[in-house]
Amino acid sequence: QEKLALKKKRRKEREALGDKAPPKAIPKTIENQRVYDETTVDPNDEEVAFDEATDEFAPYFNRQTVPKILITTSDRPRGRTVRFCEQLATVIPNSHVYYRRGLALKRIIPQCIARDFTDLIVINEDRKIPNGLVLSHLPDGPTAHFRMSSVRLRKEIKRKGKEPTEHVPEVILNNFTTRLGHSIGRMFAALFPHDPQFIGRQVATFHNQRDYIFFRFHRYIFKSEKKVGIQELGPRFTLKLRSLQKGTFDSKFGEYEWIHKRREMDTSRRKFHL
Amino acid sequence: VVWSMLGNRQFCSYKMTTKTQNFCRNEYNLTGLCNRSSCPLANSQYATVREEKGRCYLYMKTIERAAFPRRLWERVLLSKNYEKALEEIDENLIYWPRFIRHKCKQRFTKITQYLIRIRKLTLKRQRKLVPLRRKIERRENRREEKALIAAQLDNAIEKELLERLKQDTYGDIYNFPIHAFDKALQQQDAESESESDAEREEEDDDEEDVDKREFVEAEDSELSDFEDMDKLETSSEEEEEEEEEVEKKASHSKSKGKTPLKGPARRKRPYIEIEYEEETEPSTKTKAA
Repeated sequence: QEKLALKKKRRKEREALGDKAPPKAIPKTIENQRVYDETTVDPNDEEVAFDEATDEFAPYFNRQTVPKILITTSDRPRGRTVRFCEQLATVIPNSHVYYRRGLALKRIIPQCIARDFTDLIVINEDRKIPNGLVLSHLPDGPTAHFRMSSVRLRKEIKRKGKEPTEHVPEVILNNFTTRLGHSIGRMFAALFPHDPQFIGRQVATFHNQRDYIFFRFHRYIFKSEKKVGIQELGPRFTLKLRSLQKGTFDSKFGEYEWIHKRREMDTSRRKFHL
Repeated sequence: VVWSMLGNRQFCSYKMTTKTQNFCRNEYNLTGLCNRSSCPLANSQYATVREEKGRCYLYMKTIERAAFPRRLWERVLLSKNYEKALEEIDENLIYWPRFIRHKCKQRFTKITQYLIRIRKLTLKRQRKLVPLRRKIERRENRREEKALIAAQLDNAIEKELLERLKQDTYGDIYNFPIHAFDKALQQQDAESESESDAEREEEDDDEEDVDKREFVEAEDSELSDFEDMDKLETSSEEEEEEEEEVEKKASHSKSKGKTPLKGPARRKRPYIEIEYEEETEPSTKTKAA
């Protein structure tokens, strides 16, 4: 109530002053107030560039490897998860869905490497909905474990489009600022083949906002030079990073590069890590 | 005597009753039920099989030691071999009542079975249940919602796509020479009048249509209907146009006229139906927390 009164007063003052009014104040948002993270990547940072040239994604970014992805679930996937896996497989080109009947991950991984897969996605399920995602880059690459929430299948999205075609989509990675965010962003980029087919006009977006990564899959159309229309097709979900391991997936002996420690990291509302 | 006291009448601290049955919580009980024959307190000659750390023992209680509670229960280690252990039970409980012998062997069988299961399961992967914390879940959900609102995904994606268009990542697929024409127009607007503007607009449109036609032929006439719509719009605009901000107004009216047409514009690809629908995007609450 008092705020409204204050606002009205301020607006009146501004109008009264006319041209001499002071410039409008920028509203404070969480993004503005964000605690400065020392690991923010500077676009011209040499060290980062060097790191990226020599880390596990270098062969991908040098176009030496073509991504081949294996999507699987935890034991006994329920209908929703199965359908989600299928849709995910249509979104990501060159991906295969395999069911896991009680196979240990430790044993799957050498088999995958033998069959030339570059990435492995495991969708963990709980109470008939998918709620976790493990993404590991295969030839001994980093493994990221996410908490997945708000999963919408294709039929639940309000749109009137068809399914994604077989064209290679473009990739948009938004807002991955820190070192950690950068490496996660590259992980996502490594899922898709390097040369998007613009004829398909499809785009997959990973948008990071306050440590939540939103995934969307759209089809775009340029109506004019300044106007583009997008139509959402394909599933959508949000991810929150829980941990990042250096090697492939290993729950006991893996070397963790980053774990989300709730006590320490969730204290401030303006501090984000991705 | 003991049974008539404890048993069903008075209080036995080991006894647990449920709707259908009475259970005995005594650790030396053979069957687990509270019966006259399976109460270790009421029977002076009693035997049980218990296991400790994976090894099975036979515990026996006899009348002679009833006065010495410390030495009451005699313990015999059973062999790991199943049949041998059964024989050992038999020889230890020779001359004992049939009931106790039988139940001992049954209990021993069950115990070995569950020990085997334990050993098998530890080899397989075990699912670790991590409890959810409700407060944290709620907090994270709320933060996610707010982040979603703050993200304004559609706008961000559109901006990014336009950026890429400007930076020519798409090469020559999209031909929008409007930009160049914009600048040319603004330069010449100072001198020109509406007629020349109209002429230029027509030229523009022709150019656009020509380009779009080329574009369409290259592809599978995906945008054929789209192009028709563009023609319709631009023709309607020619009537409305003003002087300087021809292009800008065109884009404005396009944008206004576009929102009802956005539905069919999108629909043109798979279907050919002309219905007017509005965008079904929920109005975003612009509350950046």
